[in-house]
Amino acid sequence: MNGPHDMGGMHGFGPIVREENEPVFHEAWERTVYTIQRAIRARGLINIDESRHGIERMPPAEYLAASYYERWLASLERNLVEKGVITREELEARTVLLRDHPETPAPEREDPELVALMQEPPSGQELYQRDGTTARFSAGQRVITRNVHPTGHTRLPRYVRGKRGTVHAVRGGFVFPDTHAHGQGEQPQPMYTVCFEGEELWGPSSEPRERVYVDLWEPYLEPDGA
Amino acid sequence: MSGNHGNGHHRHDESSASLRARALESLLIEKGLTSSDLVDKVISAYEQDVGPKNGAKVVARAWADPAYKARLLADGSSAVEELGFGGALIAVVENTPTVHNLVVCTLCSCYPSALLGLPPTWYKSFAYRSRAVIEPRAVLREFGLDLDESVEVRVWDSSSELRYLVLPERPAGTENLSEEELAELVTRDAMIGVAKVQAPVAAR
Repeated sequence: MNGPHDMGGMHGFGPIVREENEPVFHEAWERTVYTIQRAIRARGLINIDESRHGIERMPPAEYLAASYYERWLASLERNLVEKGVITREELEARTVLLRDHPETPAPEREDPELVALMQEPPSGQELYQRDGTTARFSAGQRVITRNVHPTGHTRLPRYVRGKRGTVHAVRGGFVFPDTHAHGQGEQPQPMYTVCFEGEELWGPSSEPRERVYVDLWEPYLEPDGA
Repeated sequence: MSGNHGNGHHRHDESSASLRARALESLLIEKGLTSSDLVDKVISAYEQDVGPKNGAKVVARAWADPAYKARLLADGSSAVEELGFGGALIAVVENTPTVHNLVVCTLCSCYPSALLGLPPTWYKSFAYRSRAVIEPRAVLREFGLDLDESVEVRVWDSSSELRYLVLPERPAGTENLSEEELAELVTRDAMIGVAKVQAPVAAR
């Protein structure tokens, strides 16, 4: 979807602010959100593409005003409600309870099986790499990205749509985010790293000698006949 | 509002996000989907153990062992598995005197966490995500790296689960250093591509 998350090439966000000796988490609740996310992911309740799409669907003004872990939290809430794990009403009621009675202790529950699952989570290869696809394109081949604007989840950034590039590498079969985010299964597709010249993307305002490499799934690409 | 820390009633100004996070946590614990022992048993160790030192070991090995470097550049996932980081999906891109690589995720915050830990906030910032692909040289200058125009800049926008690690140039004057000593020179920022690795003071 053409959401606020798709930021490549936007102007106006100012200088990059860095923090020396930054802590992993700035607030205790950020660790809480991170921990919940890891647990939910380990259980397979929400996959990575559903998580991302939950963030992308935030109203643009909210997305831009939220901090990183606030966006994670919003996505968790939305996905857990949509999957029927919790209701908005019970979440609201519990939030009000904690606001009015902040001393309310968190419930205690140990879960050795979950701990073990999170200590040895499935690897990236196990989760996302899939055999059995046949690549239509080969390294060095000229391709053009589709000029498409799906309203659902996609990993084809706007700034590389309808652009000519060259296949830099053929990466093999990968779970297809565009279906995986929508309960339509993994539908693995060949994935490629495609190289774009800076001038193809940014025209005459491109910086000199720039190339951008983007990982793109086969359905995003067409052969460049021109 | 002051003077009541530690008595359990100090959360008058607890943020909305904190309240919502605690509410979600308590509901999920009650439903048996998460538990209250995860921070102590999983997350604390992760916070302490998984960080850029893993990536630095990979870089130092590549500098010390040309055959390893060749394997690393050809198939990053298999090569990092040799060093104990199995299962990660990794592609390694090499900086040279004529090519400089920079990693970003414009769509979210994808990062080679298996080798670098959790990303710094600036990596996830709107400013970095928006600018790295359209004006990488300007971004690098903000980080103090002013590249000559003759150097090609390659920006890697991490849109898939394959994660990119930059193999920085080995600094001059480090010929006599051990692999462990080399690893200590390698910074997180150099492996993202916003910095170069500096030689130790004695070698400069």
